[in-house]
Amino acid sequence: MSYETILCTLRERLGPENVTASQFRDNYRLVVPRHLVYEALACLKERDGFDMLIDLTAVDYLHYPNARDRFGLVYCLLNTATGQRLIVKTFLNEPELTVPSVWPLWKGADWLEREVYDMFGIVFEGHPDLRRILLPEAFTAFPLRKDYPLRGRGERHNFPILTRAES
Amino acid sequence: MPLELADAPTTEGGPQDYLWTLNFGPQHPATHTTLRLILTLDGETIVKAVPDIGYLHSGFEKLGEHLDYNQYITIVDRMNYLSPVANEIGWHHVVEKLLGIEITPRCKYIRTILAELARIQDHLLNIGAAALDLGAFTAFLYAFNLRESIYDIMEQASGQRFHPSFTRVGGLASDVDDEWVRLVREFVRRFPKVHGDIRRLLNRNRIFLDRTRGIGVLTKEDAISWSVTGPIARASGVVRDLRKDEPYLAYPELEFQVVCATGGDCLARYLVRMEEMVESVRIIEAAIENLPSGPVNVDVDSKVVQPEPLATYRSIEGLIQHFELIMTNRRWQTPVDELYGATETANGELGYYIVADGSGVAYRARTRPPSFIHFAIFPLLIVGHQISDVVAVLGSLNIIAAELDR
Repeated sequence: MSYETILCTLRERLGPENVTASQFRDNYRLVVPRHLVYEALACLKERDGFDMLIDLTAVDYLHYPNARDRFGLVYCLLNTATGQRLIVKTFLNEPELTVPSVWPLWKGADWLEREVYDMFGIVFEGHPDLRRILLPEAFTAFPLRKDYPLRGRGERHNFPILTRAES
Repeated sequence: MPLELADAPTTEGGPQDYLWTLNFGPQHPATHTTLRLILTLDGETIVKAVPDIGYLHSGFEKLGEHLDYNQYITIVDRMNYLSPVANEIGWHHVVEKLLGIEITPRCKYIRTILAELARIQDHLLNIGAAALDLGAFTAFLYAFNLRESIYDIMEQASGQRFHPSFTRVGGLASDVDDEWVRLVREFVRRFPKVHGDIRRLLNRNRIFLDRTRGIGVLTKEDAISWSVTGPIARASGVVRDLRKDEPYLAYPELEFQVVCATGGDCLARYLVRMEEMVESVRIIEAAIENLPSGPVNVDVDSKVVQPEPLATYRSIEGLIQHFELIMTNRRWQTPVDELYGATETANGELGYYIVADGSGVAYRARTRPPSFIHFAIFPLLIVGHQISDVVAVLGSLNIIAAELDR
C-alpha cells in the first residue's frame, strides 16, 4: 500500500488538519496530535498491517533549533509482510506528559515504554507495569532530558561509601 | 534495587503458600553477564519470572549527545561486545544516510566482510556458551578457538583485537593490506572443519537435544507482537532479513540465503545460527575474491573525511580540511532533521534514531538494542518450564548485558 493511500485514509479518519506528513531520505513520517495518537496507531495496525513496533523512543527538543514543543515521541512501525516502514510522531508539553499506552496493540511496547518513562518521565496510561527499568527505583531525575547535566547531579559524587566495618 | 513488594509472591494464606522465590543473578556464571531474574517456583517448575536489569547502565545514549559522529563509535563498540565491529558499521551506516554519503565500492566490500565476520564471531560465542551451560564443554573450546582467528583479522585491520573502532564517516580508519586478505582466506579455509566439529558434537547429542527441543517455544504471532527480530524471529518462522529486504553495503551483489526455521524453540534458534554462519562464510568468500580496488574513503572534496596524513602536513588545503573536521565548532554540516536506519546484526535489527541539529554532534542518538527487546520475552518463554531450562533459554536468546543496559 502506498504512503499516499495510508495518509488519505488516516486523514479521513482523524480529520485532515490532524495529520501532517513529511519525508526525509527513506523515512516517511506522520505527525498526529497527542490525544489522537492511539487511534492513529490502532488504525495503522488494524487496517494497514503495521504489525510490528520496531522502536519507541522520545526526544527532548529543549535546545533544538526552531522547536516549538518540548518532547517528541517517536513510534517506528514495520509491516512484516511487505517490509514497509512508517514513523509516527507526536509532541508533548509539560505539564501534560501523558499518552495512552500502546501495550494493547503491541506487546513489545512493554519495556520500550518503561524505558521512555525511565529516561524522560513520560507517563503511559494503561501500561500494566510502569516502573523504572534501567535506573534504580530511588532515582528521582530523568537523565535523558536536556536539562539534566552529563555528569549528573551529584548522584555518583554523593554515593554513600560502605566501609568493611559497617557492612 | 530491590523490586517492589507487588512483584514478590504472597507468602501467607491462600493456595499459593507452597511457592518459593529464587534469586538468579546478578552474579551467576550462567547469566554470563550482569542480569538478574526473580523466579517464583512451584517445586522445580517456574510459575513467574521477573527480569531485573540495569546493573550495567552507563548512559551510552547520553554520551552520544556529547561525542561527535566519529568519536561515538568507541561507545557503540562496547554495546554488543561479542561483535563490536557490527555496531560501528550500523552506526556509520545511519550517519552516512543522514549526511547523504554514498561510500566507495571497496569500503562496501570490506565492511561487508567485517560485518559477516562479526556475525560469525557472535554466533560462535553464543552457540559455544549455550552448549557450555548445558554441559557440552568441548564445543565451547572449538568455538572460542576459531574466534581467535577473527580477533587476528580485526587486529591486522585496525590494530586492536577486541574493540576495533575501525569505521569512520565516509570510509574506514585505514585501508586493509595483503596480509589481511590472506588472514581472511585462511579463516574461510579453516571454518568448515571447526563448524563440522561443533555440528558433530551437538546436532545428534542426546543430552543437548533433550534439553533444547520444545523448550522456550516462541510462536510466530508472539515474535511479531513482541518486536523480535534476527535469528530468534527467523527461528519462529518470521522470514525477514534486512540484508535481503532493505539491501545495504555489498549485499545485493553477493549471493546468500536467509536461514529460517519453524520450531521456535531453543533447538531451532541454535540450528538457525549454525546455518547462518555457513551463509556468512559464503558471503565472505565471494566478497574477498571480488574485493574491488580503489580508495576506501569517499572523495576528500566532499568535506566529510580527513585527508591523507601526507596531504595534511604538506598542503594548506589538507591542513585546513583536517582542522575543519577536528575543531569542535566546525566538524560536519548535517541537515536539521532526524531519521531511523537499521542494519542486520548477529542479534537482530540494530537500529539508530539520530536527531541532527546541524552540528557535528548528534542531538539525540537512540539505539534500538536487540538484546533489550529480546530479553523482554524471557518470562513468556520460561513460564511452565523447569528451573534447569533457564540457562537453555537464556543461552538461546543471546542476551548481552552491555547492550541490554547501555
